[in-house]
Amino acid sequence: MTFMAEFRDAFFEESAEHVAAVEQGLLALDSGAADSEQMNAIFRAAHSVKGLAATLGFPEIAAFTHDMESVLDRLRSGTLAVTPKLGQLLLRANDTLKALLAAAQAGQGSEVDTAEVTGELRAALGAPTTEAETVVAPQSTPAAGAPRTYAIRLLPKRQLFASGQDPMLIVRELTELGHDVSVVCDTTRLPAIDALDPDLCHLIWVVKVTTTASRDEIANVFLFAEDECEHSVRDVTDDPSRAGVAAHAPPLKTPGSDGKPVAAEAASIRVPTDKIDALVDLVGELVISQAMVNQIASDFDMGRLGELQEALASLDRSTRDLQERVMSVRMLPVATVFNRFPRLVRDVSNTLGKKVRLEMQGAETELDKGMIERIGDPLTHLVRNAIDHGLETPADRIAAGKGDTGTVTLRAAHEGGSVVIDVADDGRGLNTKRIREKAEANGLIRPDEVLSDDEINALIFAPGFSTAAQVSDLSGRGVGMDVVKRNVEGMSGSVTLTSTEGKGSRVRIRLPLTLAILDGLIVSVGGASYVLPLLSVVESLRPTPRDVRNILGSGEVLVLRGESLPFVRLHAVFGHDVAITEPSRGIIVIAETDGRRFGLLVDDVLGQQQVVIKNLEANYRKLDGVMGATILGDGRVSLICDVQELFRWTTTRREAAEQLLAAVSTSGEEFA
Amino acid sequence: MTTMTLEQDIDAATDANQYLTFQLGGEEYGLEILKVQEIKGLSAITTMPNTPAHVKGVTNLRGAVVPIVDLRIRFGIEERPYDRFTVFIITSVGTKVVGLVVDAVEDVIDLPPESIQPVPELTSALGGAYVRGIAQIQERLVALLDIEKIVSADLELIERS
Amino acid sequence: MAKTALVVDDSTTMREMVSYSLKEAGFDTLTAGDGQQALDVLQGKSVDLIISDLNMPVMDGITFIKQARQRDELKGVPILMLTTESQAGMKEQGKAAGATGWLVKPFNPEMLLKVIAKVVP
Repeated sequence: MTFMAEFRDAFFEESAEHVAAVEQGLLALDSGAADSEQMNAIFRAAHSVKGLAATLGFPEIAAFTHDMESVLDRLRSGTLAVTPKLGQLLLRANDTLKALLAAAQAGQGSEVDTAEVTGELRAALGAPTTEAETVVAPQSTPAAGAPRTYAIRLLPKRQLFASGQDPMLIVRELTELGHDVSVVCDTTRLPAIDALDPDLCHLIWVVKVTTTASRDEIANVFLFAEDECEHSVRDVTDDPSRAGVAAHAPPLKTPGSDGKPVAAEAASIRVPTDKIDALVDLVGELVISQAMVNQIASDFDMGRLGELQEALASLDRSTRDLQERVMSVRMLPVATVFNRFPRLVRDVSNTLGKKVRLEMQGAETELDKGMIERIGDPLTHLVRNAIDHGLETPADRIAAGKGDTGTVTLRAAHEGGSVVIDVADDGRGLNTKRIREKAEANGLIRPDEVLSDDEINALIFAPGFSTAAQVSDLSGRGVGMDVVKRNVEGMSGSVTLTSTEGKGSRVRIRLPLTLAILDGLIVSVGGASYVLPLLSVVESLRPTPRDVRNILGSGEVLVLRGESLPFVRLHAVFGHDVAITEPSRGIIVIAETDGRRFGLLVDDVLGQQQVVIKNLEANYRKLDGVMGATILGDGRVSLICDVQELFRWTTTRREAAEQLLAAVSTSGEEFA
Repeated sequence: MTTMTLEQDIDAATDANQYLTFQLGGEEYGLEILKVQEIKGLSAITTMPNTPAHVKGVTNLRGAVVPIVDLRIRFGIEERPYDRFTVFIITSVGTKVVGLVVDAVEDVIDLPPESIQPVPELTSALGGAYVRGIAQIQERLVALLDIEKIVSADLELIERS
Repeated sequence: MAKTALVVDDSTTMREMVSYSLKEAGFDTLTAGDGQQALDVLQGKSVDLIISDLNMPVMDGITFIKQARQRDELKGVPILMLTTESQAGMKEQGKAAGATGWLVKPFNPEMLLKVIAKVVP
């Protein structure tokens, strides 16, 4: 039996929380906002990691955390003063701990160098030369030698029971030490029955046992009862010739030594009990509603129609509630992501010499776990950007008539069926003129194109806008705003930007509440229904025959308000022979992906609906142009189109056609 | 002759030796009952693009999206319209759940391992490559299918494409 | 009837590890995240064993043990405290508060069961 296999994931999950808590606590400490309870909380977090790491067999982590814990212990007891330098050291130690945990989780050994930080921690304790107390599991000392016979007398204090001790257990443990056991009970202390207090211990025992156990081992039986139970051990071995059989030492055991790191990371989620309780309640309601429907149906006449409708309505309500609650199990507060920003803002602003105040609002807003994990990087990029490019230096701010400290605001909120996350700054705002110049230089727009300021500002999200020349140390890292946009769109979300020159800018990320449900546009093609993610849909229209043109080299295009858009025939993509092939008799849905618009020819648009996304890979495989499947109200499976892939599909098809044409023409030449 | 002990008795009756037999193009085939999740009447199949012909599409199995493989097409037997005997045999192979379309289900039979013969080199049954043994029960010949092979062949096809 | 044990620890993983070992040994388990929660869980209830951490928010282990021992139904219940080797003096403090014994972290399931055998029949 080992903890390792069962609790490895739980350990890393919990440790990550503790590391985050330590970091938050240290930052609060740094700003002077920490009280003693917070100090205790930091200590406890480190202490917990140490205990867990040691128990699960991560001695390096345990040893390192021990040093951190010692410093924290001195801080909370007030025997060590909180200084900015010490705060920095502890933050670094916490980072090292994070790295140690990550390495251990990945199954890598001692690749993290802890020596320097450990040294500094010990120096801070004023005990640089002392070796850290290594946390090792107590090992059972091997018993050896010839068996001896002992008479052991137990004289418990009368109050023995009050401490939860049971003298019979001590007697039993003694008898289990060896063989030839005899136990005598001395009842002389026992009072008369009418004077007997059953809460007190009145009996005395003498245990005689022949054993190879050492005197230490015998004393160990009384480990918990040293104060409550006087005892004497007398060696009464009357026949020394019995010696001879040497006992074998039991093998040494170290906890967790047999637990090997598991390579695969199992995705798990911790759910508060009240959420589960609510689910159980709802299932109960659902069962009752269903029983009602059954009961009415078993004995139905039209006179009970009203009753049936009512029962169905209640069933419907319970089902919907249950759906919402089940989804909420996957929800985590965005605080899980927001918490990394105080540290980040501090580091970035220090590096850039800017004064920044971070404001966070709505950190309790909940978001699907899958998105929480994926939104971190885009947000980090936006926050860095806001400080690096958005905010001015203190001098510039004062010159502009603002306070010297800039503000970056992170705000999360529910809005309708989606979650909105804003990253705003009160800096200089976007320089629309420079963006236009750069976009022209990069060939994103033509010099004569007429664009509104918002349209020009939105160009910073266009692929190919941020060029290597512009990459700065901080926000650049080779990733531009286009990556932010793509990441967010990958979660079926959208990004918009508003900016006022001189006042600041705001990037707004809008995400669906969950990845498991999607707002869909249901379309029909060749008698089958398909789902298009509503977020990618711009509009749908029925073109006139004149709107569709065949342009040499570009194939079929749809001319919409002077703009020519490529379009895909969904019936061709999905292989339907019987479908509307004449665009002017069907509907063209205009979709947008990566800022590019294109048309999708369908037979008809059937309506809008929320659909639950099922993946095809569960039992089959990924299909081109399909992001998943869903089950519609009629019980049929419907495929959900992957708009991004469909767009690529058209371009590759066109390229393939062009290649084919080219091949035909060259081979034609050969024959000529 | 040995006396059957109670354990052997129970053993003989365990699922491990039980096979579900079904009709396909006039031949009788068998599948280990342990691999069969359920037998399901026909339900609407949604076709999928760019899949082999025998993958008819996907269907809704109580909220799960399950691919349907037509064994007639898979084994190169002439196609015919589905009728009232046509059923889906829902099998589970590893973590995947796959439905097979067969002409009709027949029976559940006990086949002790010793009654299963190796596949003759020239097997008359179509789909011979996916047969892992033949059992003779009186006049009936039952070709026992290797469901893993059938499904994994599809999965390999997938990984290549 | 299975014996019931209460596990008190602010670390979920630690709580689960101890509960897991106890369940393997045939115990039913209750859990609490701090001393106050533990007292609430124990309201009007007795258990066969209590295993409690010492460093906890809201109400620490020592206070919890003291208060538990005030209750009639918990007077004779074995209480084991979870300590680490580095917490010098904690064993004495715990004993003084009314703890029956202790379990030193790090531990493994075998060690846990051995200690339990010392205090639970």
